[in-house]
Amino acid sequence: MSVLRFAALAFALAVLPAGAQTIKLGELNSYKVFPSFLEPYKNGMTLALDEINAAGGVLGRKLEIVIRDDNGTPGDAVRVAEELLSREKVTMLMGTFASNVGLAVADLARQRKVPFLASEPLTDKIVWDNGNKYTYRLRASTFMQTAMLVPEAAKLGKKRWVIIYPNYEYGQSATAAFKKQLNAMQSGGLEFIEIAVPLGKIDPGPVVQAALDAKPDAIFSSLFGPDLARFVREGQLRGLFKDRVVFNLLGGEPEYLDPLKDEAPVGWYVTGYPWDSIATPEHKKFKDAYMARFNDYPRLGSVVGYSAVVAAAAAIRKAGSTDPEKIVAALSGLSFTSPFGPVTFRPIDHQSTMGAYVGRTAVKDGKGTMVDWKYADGKDYQPEDSVVRSMRPPER
Amino acid sequence: MTFASFLLQLGNGLSSASALFLVAAGLTLIFGVTRIVNFAHGSLYMLGAYLAYAAGAWLASAGLGGISFWLGVLAAALAVGVIGALIEVLLLKRLYAAPELLQLTATFAVVLIVRDATLAAFGAEDLLGPRAPGLAGTVTIAGHAIPEYDLFLIVVGPVVLVALTFLVTRTRFGVLIRAASENRALTAALGIDEAKLFTAVFALGAFLAGLAGALQLPREPANLGMDLATVADAFVVTVVGGLGSIPGAFLAAVIIGMTKAMCIALGSQEILGISIAFPKITLVAEFAVMAIVLAVRPHGLLGTPPGAPVTTPLPEQRELVPAPGRREALVAGLVLAALLALPAVGAEYTAVLVTDILVAALFAASLQFLLGSGGMTSFGHAAYFGVGAYAAALAFKAGAPMAVAFALAPVGAFVAALLFGWFCVRLAGVYLAMLTLAFAQIVWSIVFQWDAVTGGSNGLVGIWPPEILAERKHFYLFTLAVVTLGLALLARIARSPFGFALRGVRDSPLRAGALGIDVRATQWRGFVIAGTFAGLAGGVYAFSKGSLSPEVLAIPRSVDALVMVLLGGLNALFGPLVGAAAFTWLADVLPRLTEYWRALLGALIVALVLVFPGGIGGLVARLTRRAA
Repeated sequence: MSVLRFAALAFALAVLPAGAQTIKLGELNSYKVFPSFLEPYKNGMTLALDEINAAGGVLGRKLEIVIRDDNGTPGDAVRVAEELLSREKVTMLMGTFASNVGLAVADLARQRKVPFLASEPLTDKIVWDNGNKYTYRLRASTFMQTAMLVPEAAKLGKKRWVIIYPNYEYGQSATAAFKKQLNAMQSGGLEFIEIAVPLGKIDPGPVVQAALDAKPDAIFSSLFGPDLARFVREGQLRGLFKDRVVFNLLGGEPEYLDPLKDEAPVGWYVTGYPWDSIATPEHKKFKDAYMARFNDYPRLGSVVGYSAVVAAAAAIRKAGSTDPEKIVAALSGLSFTSPFGPVTFRPIDHQSTMGAYVGRTAVKDGKGTMVDWKYADGKDYQPEDSVVRSMRPPER
Repeated sequence: MTFASFLLQLGNGLSSASALFLVAAGLTLIFGVTRIVNFAHGSLYMLGAYLAYAAGAWLASAGLGGISFWLGVLAAALAVGVIGALIEVLLLKRLYAAPELLQLTATFAVVLIVRDATLAAFGAEDLLGPRAPGLAGTVTIAGHAIPEYDLFLIVVGPVVLVALTFLVTRTRFGVLIRAASENRALTAALGIDEAKLFTAVFALGAFLAGLAGALQLPREPANLGMDLATVADAFVVTVVGGLGSIPGAFLAAVIIGMTKAMCIALGSQEILGISIAFPKITLVAEFAVMAIVLAVRPHGLLGTPPGAPVTTPLPEQRELVPAPGRREALVAGLVLAALLALPAVGAEYTAVLVTDILVAALFAASLQFLLGSGGMTSFGHAAYFGVGAYAAALAFKAGAPMAVAFALAPVGAFVAALLFGWFCVRLAGVYLAMLTLAFAQIVWSIVFQWDAVTGGSNGLVGIWPPEILAERKHFYLFTLAVVTLGLALLARIARSPFGFALRGVRDSPLRAGALGIDVRATQWRGFVIAGTFAGLAGGVYAFSKGSLSPEVLAIPRSVDALVMVLLGGLNALFGPLVGAAAFTWLADVLPRLTEYWRALLGALIVALVLVFPGGIGGLVARLTRRAA
């Protein structure tokens, strides 16, 4: 071997460490802005990663997740995504929490022509109005989760509704979707009184009083987090919930239900995740592994983080390559098994069919939980295909 | 709405007002005496809630029963008072001789550290405390259930008001506080130990913040968003009431609490055929109140016009951005050469990162011009950055070519600065700063709500430059050209006859006026120039990110720019560049090193502030001058 060749080989060995053999997923999220959701999310990712690598990885290579904090702003998210792409050479992007961040990264994915799996953002726009070829979304959207609650609401035949929502896109979309769908299912005479509150800054006294003054038959809320806790406590004190049906989107998610402890509302209709009572084999396997690994029970974030990594790995496996275009093609119609059961990414709008659990809240052993729940499969809560096609821009 | 429920809403407004007053009282006390703009006040409030939760739970587990909650509240407030004293002694005390805004930077660092420390100590989940023992129920009035705790809060506010008023007007400590508020130097000259007084006042203010947070626990779970959610409100109440005026803070809290309660009570109403959803106004109610109050009463409701200027300019502040000599020209040439060479030698990501740094540098330089040359502090400079960005993005989305859209960025910001600046330059000091903040928040809320045009909270996407600039390194060169031109122009304006006039107005409005300089017009022009350049930076930003959301004109961006300017040096020629580079680079690198990167960033800022009170750029300038 000539000196030159030897040098070239040595150089290649030095420059291409063993890491070059791994397949990298670039995960960005607002870890420090929404820690109560995203710490369990990170655990979920870790669990999935270890399981996949223990089973031999993907395409014979180990999977690696490179994690970045997007600081909760689209500007920073675009920068760290660029870093993941150009410096870390990740195969695909995944993650994001807030809708504005998710949409910004989705548009970057389109610009840079790389696959992006939006794991958590709920905005309908990411798959519809602003949908693009490179972006797929895992979680059940605002529209879907609202659609899961509406049939229950329509059955009750209540006429006068107070709607309380956080004043930004998620709350606005949930409110609009609820009104539209309920009007479609329940004939006539419906009245809606809306109270918009600033996100994270609800003034519960006046809000509950205004809701009482409206003398509603029923309440639809899309509050979550500290806003929900304050609303629940104030509403219970002032008797707002006595003899009134209440619907609360996301209200059954452990992230938001558990802090309420024994003051969790009873009998509310919610979407959520009854981790303690789901008995399917997929979920049992996930829950046992999670609890053994982290000595803590899974939250919804854990399921989303876990499923996102499983989905990404499945896409790369199906593509048989790390080529971005092939992965994007593979994601279309891809099926994989999540802790909630089988899930498919719809070719028509890139939305996954991952569902949510719909049930009623209860208090058991001094803790909030969900009872009388059923799994609402995401595939059953979609608009007509023609409607979806009319909303989604032409493939680009 | 019946009359009974109207009265009930007034009561609700009062109990919210009490909570607001408690947190603002401490802030106004601290500002009145020490002149510290304490950004960490919300963090102290948050600590109060967390510590009350922990202390209450611990005491309850020790078998103390119902009293444990109340003891916990007291213990938490005292502990926060001690923490406040420590912050003052260890950090702020060392900065009293520095430009006063540097203390703001230091308290900003405290916010970052406290947030991470709280996350590490208490975990991420929200902690809902117990209902207040003894006040957990409701009283029925006119058929409506009123929480006892709300009534208790309605009483607590006035009680604290009376106690503080007594302390300030009837005790020796109060006399000293008032003396120091009025004339710090004279108080010290009379042999009063200023240092101890300041520590005591800061501890008392912190105690009140801690108490407010602890008393909030029965109404709100302790959570990591409490700090930022509170601090802006506390500032607004303080300023609307008049800085340093405790009764003023109370009055302001009542007005704001009532306004919000009434907005919610009114619901959606038809007025002249237009449907107005009043609850949506709560998003910005306090800032709208502040803008109106400051437009009518430039020193707040009960504030008095300061006899001496609020700021006592220090040598660093009185300086002018130095004239670029041969040495500076050489440095600038070398930096520019290195930046030009970057695409050829650097990695692709370096181009992305340096693009961000350059945009931040131009934005910071426009603020430096306002702050350094103009002597006008802005807490809402992001408004002009954001208006510029949105102007460009909206034109681009409407089909304008990038060149046209981009040119509209400074134009949009110019118009906004022309409008808001007219009001702002009528004020001075912190009042001016807070009015800029009020306008920024009003613009933010319009952008946030106006779905049809601005895309609401989701914002706009698809603002990518045309093919030729789409490549990261090409866009970098475009940015470099725009920013270099912008920075050079700003430095040129600072040393033009206009720049000198602006500086004259800053240092001595009276003398400048006597010389025939139109003081307000000069300041207004300065304000508009600063806004226009911020808009230019915003235009570059929009095309560099491809998307925009209301976050571009939110408070954190304004604060970041302030921190960059102060880190770089208030009047250092390369200050904005150095500050922006240090801040942006650290924010990029630290998160990869540790999970607790915010705390680390805070600690580094503290270190920088303590070591280089004149800013990093100021230090460089001093060194080069010494060498020369």
